[in-house]
Amino acid sequence: MKRWLAVAILGLSLIGVTQAAIDTYEFADEAERTRFRQLTQELRCPKCQNQDIADSNAPIATDLRREIFRMLGEGQSNEQIVEFMVDRYGEFVRYKPALNARTLLLWYGPAGLLVGGFVLLGVIVLRHRSKKTSGGSGLSTDEQQRLDALLKQAPLDKKEQ
Amino acid sequence: MKRLILLLPLAIFLAVALFLYRGLFLDPSELPSALIDKPVPAFSLPAVLDDGVITQDDLKGKPALVNVWATWCVSCRVEHPVLNKLAERGVVIHGINYKDDNADAQKWLQEFHNPYQLNINDEQGSLGLNLGVYGAPETFLIDKDGIIRHKFVGVIDERVWREQLAPLYQGLVDEAEQ
Repeated sequence: MKRWLAVAILGLSLIGVTQAAIDTYEFADEAERTRFRQLTQELRCPKCQNQDIADSNAPIATDLRREIFRMLGEGQSNEQIVEFMVDRYGEFVRYKPALNARTLLLWYGPAGLLVGGFVLLGVIVLRHRSKKTSGGSGLSTDEQQRLDALLKQAPLDKKEQ
Repeated sequence: MKRLILLLPLAIFLAVALFLYRGLFLDPSELPSALIDKPVPAFSLPAVLDDGVITQDDLKGKPALVNVWATWCVSCRVEHPVLNKLAERGVVIHGINYKDDNADAQKWLQEFHNPYQLNINDEQGSLGLNLGVYGAPETFLIDKDGIIRHKFVGVIDERVWREQLAPLYQGLVDEAEQ
């Protein structure tokens, strides 16, 4: 009996949890619904940090979803809506940071590193190849001459010992 | 030249290590307000305690703390006695009752004492939204022209006041007297 009661309570509490993040909005058309979904996934919940506002049960996320719905109804563009949020909550709310001087490294850093790596690799490979074709020993002509001279001297050294 | 190139990986490692080391001491939950150095957004809202209407112009005149609170906010209860003390010491504090039941708010102010000079009733949370409030308590520090100069998220206790907010508030008061 007790066990059943526990199961029932757990079940009921789960219903509460799953229903919490569902709002009932009536959209004008399918396109607006898609935009709503896209926007709420692109904006970050200020309270819960690592959740988007589509996903969050925090009261502030509910408020922001309602606000986005209202602005969509008013016919505002996606940019306007994101701008509205950034004006109030800062750049933090963008999951997709804006492209400007401060975020340049963030946007192009990885690609830059990759290209840099390939360039470096190319340089190393080319150098290696040119060395192989020019003589094989890897010595410059100066060094080669010194080596030859030293080799000629070798018998002299032996006599001294 | 070749020697220097050999040192390059070490240099890169040290630079990365420095950044990561600094990252250890950053607080990721710290959100700078987007409204610093901007005026308090325009609003026209009823007062909590009477029938009056309060607008952004009423906040001008003196540097003040603008405290966002609610009766449903558990930590506001902890903060409230501290605000009472500050008000006794002559600190100007205004309250924004954020997304709350007005009758509950009136009861709270009667029971726990009212440290606020102005009590703004933001039942819909519209002013809170424009201020970028994402929870309570939050406290804004505004100067005599109603420009937001600092935002503090969380409970103000004696230590926070002494170490962070008091110097800033005093700075604004001095600035206003000049």
